[in-house]
Amino acid sequence: MAWQRKILRVDLTKGTCTAEPLNMDWAQDYLGQRGLATKYFCEEVDPKVDPLAPENKLIYATGPLTGTMASTGARFSVITKGPLTGAIACSNSGGYFGAELRFAGWDMIILEGKSPIPVYLHIENDKARLLPADEIWGKSTWDTEAILKKKHHDPLTRVSSVGRAGESQVMFAAIVNDLHRAAGRSGVGAVMGSKNLKAVAVRGTVGVGNLRDPKGFMQATVAAKKVLADNAVTGQGLPKFGTQVLMNVINEMGALPTRNHRDVKFEDANRIGAEAMHEKRPTDGRANLVTNQACFGCTIACGRISKIDETHFSVVNKPEYWGASGGLEYEAAWALGAATGVGDLEALTYANFLCNEDGIDPISFGATVGAAMELYDLGLIKESDVGFPLLFGSAEVLTKLTEMTVNGVGFGKEIGLGSKRLCAKHGRPELSMSVKGQEFPAYDSRGIQGMGLAYATSNRGACHLRGYTVASEVLGIPVKTDPLVTEGKAGLVKAFQDATAVFDSSGLCVFTSFAWTLADVQPQLQAACEGDWSMEKLELVGERIWNLERQFNNAAGFTHKDDNLPQRLLSEAVKEGPAKGLVNGLDKMLPEYYALRGWSKEGVPTLETTQRLGLSA
Amino acid sequence: MTSPQTVRLALKLYASLADFLPLEARKNNRLPLELPLGTTVGQVIAQHNLPLKMCHLVLVNGVFIPPQERAGWTLSDDDELAIWPPVAGG
Repeated sequence: MAWQRKILRVDLTKGTCTAEPLNMDWAQDYLGQRGLATKYFCEEVDPKVDPLAPENKLIYATGPLTGTMASTGARFSVITKGPLTGAIACSNSGGYFGAELRFAGWDMIILEGKSPIPVYLHIENDKARLLPADEIWGKSTWDTEAILKKKHHDPLTRVSSVGRAGESQVMFAAIVNDLHRAAGRSGVGAVMGSKNLKAVAVRGTVGVGNLRDPKGFMQATVAAKKVLADNAVTGQGLPKFGTQVLMNVINEMGALPTRNHRDVKFEDANRIGAEAMHEKRPTDGRANLVTNQACFGCTIACGRISKIDETHFSVVNKPEYWGASGGLEYEAAWALGAATGVGDLEALTYANFLCNEDGIDPISFGATVGAAMELYDLGLIKESDVGFPLLFGSAEVLTKLTEMTVNGVGFGKEIGLGSKRLCAKHGRPELSMSVKGQEFPAYDSRGIQGMGLAYATSNRGACHLRGYTVASEVLGIPVKTDPLVTEGKAGLVKAFQDATAVFDSSGLCVFTSFAWTLADVQPQLQAACEGDWSMEKLELVGERIWNLERQFNNAAGFTHKDDNLPQRLLSEAVKEGPAKGLVNGLDKMLPEYYALRGWSKEGVPTLETTQRLGLSA
Repeated sequence: MTSPQTVRLALKLYASLADFLPLEARKNNRLPLELPLGTTVGQVIAQHNLPLKMCHLVLVNGVFIPPQERAGWTLSDDDELAIWPPVAGG
C-alpha cells in the first residue's frame, strides 16, 4: 500500500480540520507528492485565481516512500499557484518534517481559505487543530520552531513555517522546516502568509508500515543503497564537498552567470566554492564548513553545516549568528555571490543564514540584488533610492540588503518584489534574468545550451531541478553530451523532465539520480506500492504529470510566447571561454521539443497526446 | 620568457584531487608548470600520479577532453588544465 490513504483538509476560513480518504484511483495515475498533489490542485483550483487570494490553495504532499527506509525518503512538496510566477508552483524540501507527517498517518494536507487571525496547525497523529499564533507571529522561522517545540513539550515536534518574509508576502518567500531545509522557490511562503497561517507543527508516532511486500522492499532498498554508496558522486563527492563543488566546474567552463549575466566567469569563484569552505581561515584557524548533514533516511548527506568567522564584519556584534547552522549550497552561493559579484564567503554565509532564518529563496533574492545592481550601474536606481551605493561586488551592500529584505524595510521592499517586477518598474524589464517571472539558477544557458530549453519550458519558471541537463552536458551523467550544441537537447530535456517528475512524486530526493536511474527506483516502488509500477508505467506517469502542469499553466494564461529566455541570452554573445561567440539556440530546440512532447506549435498538448496520457483535453 | 622548447601552463586540481598538489598550491588549486613542448594531457596526469579513475572531468581551457583523446592532446602555452574526480551538484 505505502500510501497512508488519508488526507487532512484544513479550512482556514471556518477553522475546521477534516480527514478524507485519499483518492486511490488518482494515486495509481499520479503516484504521490508532486504528481498527486498537482492532480488535486488542478481539480480544485481555478487556474485564473489570484495566488494571494483565499481561493488559492496550498498543499503539503508526501510521496509513498516518504518516511520509509528507502534512502533519501525524506521529501515532501508544497504545491500551489505561485505569486512570483502566476504558474503552478511545486517546491520540494527535505529535512525531517515530511517523514514526521507520514508517521502521523497523513499523505497530504490541503489548506484552503484564509484564517481571520494568525494561526498555526498542530498535528499529533490523527488529532489536528488550528491554534492562535499570537506568540509566533512576527517571529523568525528559527524562533517559531523553538517556541512551538517548547510549548508542546516535545523536541521531536517537526515544524514547517514562514518567517517575517512570508508574513509580509515577499514574492519569493520560502517555507522553512528543520531550521535550514526549505520549500524554497516560487513564493510558496507568501501564499502561506496570505492565509494567516504561520506554521505547521507535526508529531507522529503511527509510523509507515503498510508496505505491499516488506521483505521485497527491504531487499530493494538495500540494493539501491549499495548503488549510492558505491558511486563516486553519491558515496564520496557529495558527502565531502556538497553541491558547492560545482562552483569551480561551472566557472572553469565559462558558464557561471556573473553580475546579472553580464559575464560568464567570476574572478572570485575559487573564494566561495566547496574547496574554500574546507580551507582554514587565517583569523581563527577554523574552516567555514563544520560538517555535512543528512535529511531523514538519507545515505548521501550532502547538506552543509557552517560557522561564520566571529570577527567578520557581518556578525562581529551578533553572537546569535556565531553558532553552526545551514551552510551554502551551490545555488545559494552562486546567487548571493557570483550574481552580485561578491566574493566574500563569510558574507555569503551570513546572508544565507538570514535567508533561512526568515524564509526567503536565496536564488531569487541574490539574482534580484544582481539585477538591482545593474540598474544602479546604469543610473536607473539612484543612491537616494537605496540609502547607499548599490555597487556590484560589495559584501556590505549584500548583507545590508538581506537584512532590509527579510525585515521588509526601505529598499528591501523593492527587492522583495523579485527581479521581474523590479526591472519593469525601472523601465528595463529585459534585465530580469528570469523565465515566467522566476529567476535563473546558476548555469548560463549560452554555455550549457540544453539548460536554456529546460529553463524556457520549466512549468514553474526558470529552474534547474525540473530538467537538470547539466548532469549530462557537464558531468557526464548518465552520458556526456556537448554543452555547446543544440542537437539532441530537446530529447534530453524531455527525458530529464519526465524522469524528475517521477522522483519528485515518490518521496525520494532527485540527487539520487546522480547514481540511480528510474530502474533503481522502480523495484522500491513496486515492493512498496500496490498496483503496476513497471518502468513503462513510471515513464508514462512522469509524462502525464508534466503535461498536467502544462495544462494548468495554459489555462492560467501562459502561452508558447512565455517559453522564452531574456534577450541577453538570445542576442548578446558570450565574450570569453569555450562558449565565446555563442548565444542560446532556443529557436532551434523549441520546435523539436514541442514535436517530441506531442504539442501543437502553440505549445498545447494535442488531443492525441491528452488521450494517450489519460488527461482531459 | 618561455623557452621555444617548453610550454608554460597551469594545472588545476579540484575537490579530492587537490590532495595531489603541493601544499603551497592548494590554496588556489593551481600549480604553474613549465613542460617540454609537445607534452600531452595524459602525460601531465601520469607525472602527477593522478589515479585515472579520479580524472573524470578533464577540461583544457574549459573544454572537456574525452578519455580517449587525453593521451594525444598536446598542451599549449597559457593552457589551463583543470581536473575533477566524479562530482555533481544542483
